[in-house]
Amino acid sequence: MLSAEEWTVVLLSLKVGAAAMIVTLPVAFALAWLLARVRFPGRVIVDAIVHLPLVVPPVVTGWILLLAFGPDGPIGAPLERWFGVTVLFRWTGAAIAAGVMALPLMVRAMRLSIEAVDARLENAARTLGAGPWRVFWTLTLPLSVPGILAGAVLGFARSIGEFGATITFVSNVPGETRTLPLAIYSVLQQPDGDAMAMRLSAISIALSLAALVASEMLARRAGRGLHVL
Amino acid sequence: MSFDIDVRKRLGDTEVALTIEAGPGQAGSGATVLFGPSGIGKTSILNMVAGLLRPDSGHIVVGGRTLFGDGIDVPVQRRRAGYVFQEARLFPHRRVGANLTYGAVAGVDTARVTGFLGIGHLLDRWPRSLSGGEAQRVAIGRALLSDPDFLLLDEPLTSLDRPRREEVMQAIEHIRGVLALPILMVTHDPEEAERIGTRIVRM
Repeated sequence: MLSAEEWTVVLLSLKVGAAAMIVTLPVAFALAWLLARVRFPGRVIVDAIVHLPLVVPPVVTGWILLLAFGPDGPIGAPLERWFGVTVLFRWTGAAIAAGVMALPLMVRAMRLSIEAVDARLENAARTLGAGPWRVFWTLTLPLSVPGILAGAVLGFARSIGEFGATITFVSNVPGETRTLPLAIYSVLQQPDGDAMAMRLSAISIALSLAALVASEMLARRAGRGLHVL
Repeated sequence: MSFDIDVRKRLGDTEVALTIEAGPGQAGSGATVLFGPSGIGKTSILNMVAGLLRPDSGHIVVGGRTLFGDGIDVPVQRRRAGYVFQEARLFPHRRVGANLTYGAVAGVDTARVTGFLGIGHLLDRWPRSLSGGEAQRVAIGRALLSDPDFLLLDEPLTSLDRPRREEVMQAIEHIRGVLALPILMVTHDPEEAERIGTRIVRM
């Protein structure tokens, strides 16, 4: 049904989406926990910065990433010098762009669910002798599982759909950074690309729909029986 | 063992203040009941003794051990308070058995506690499937199994109907008499106060 070229695009998108989600997950959870549970000066600023990719034009985010990860950038230069690694024009760069763009969505979902964990249960655990770490591992983390899963799936879906920051940051290299949206954009530039654009768009919609349904179902399954007393 | 408490705390527009002196008749175990209308800050007092709320000033000494005051502020998890809240506050993602042993220390006789509370048959159940009385007895068991130095009971009978009340009441009397654990209990019910309290403090 799909041509070899289309399969490459789909598999690359899944790879980029999965990598972006896995790498962003711990960062998003840490930020969500920080924003939900810790009162510190500058909290509003951190909150705003986390949400920035949601409102700033993606082209700007992509360009900032390009400056940061470029050969002379504050992250790109040491990466290249010490590890001989560059993310420009590579799928790893596409995953970084996708992860940054997905971060706000993931933080939001996780933060809501951490805030929903009943602080009274955490207090009960403390009176039973549990220190902060034990309270976190035995209560806060397991009880916020619905939000973590929902955030992860949502982040995965958002990553697969990333366009603006990706094309600005790592360009549109077939087999390396040409994910679904970039491939659709490319074939639309060709005179006879409609059929392929249609197929790739259908796959995009199906993947997004599946992710949204899965996120909802996971949240419900994990949430079942978790809210009593 | 006795409660020697003198605390004050401003909460919004109201000031919560209480003094309980360690009376001579209070030696050993017994139940001190804080009795008074709702909203006067009885629960806040328990929270301060447990360490969940920091008093503005004063001291809290239980059984000769200073928990707060004189520059001391023992963290909640080291106060060894067995706190039974108004709602059972069981952990919803753990079965009854795992709830009971959450704070348990090695060598505690689980069977004896579940025995006199009549909850031995509930160990594999989920908290959501328990009745109010069962949940409250599990909460009491969980507090006892953490090997506390004293018990804090916050209106543990309020949310229960009459027959369930009797079950829990008997469990509390057993703790006071047989286990000889000092109890600080909050209630607004005069009948409860009379029956449980060896000493009644009006707020």
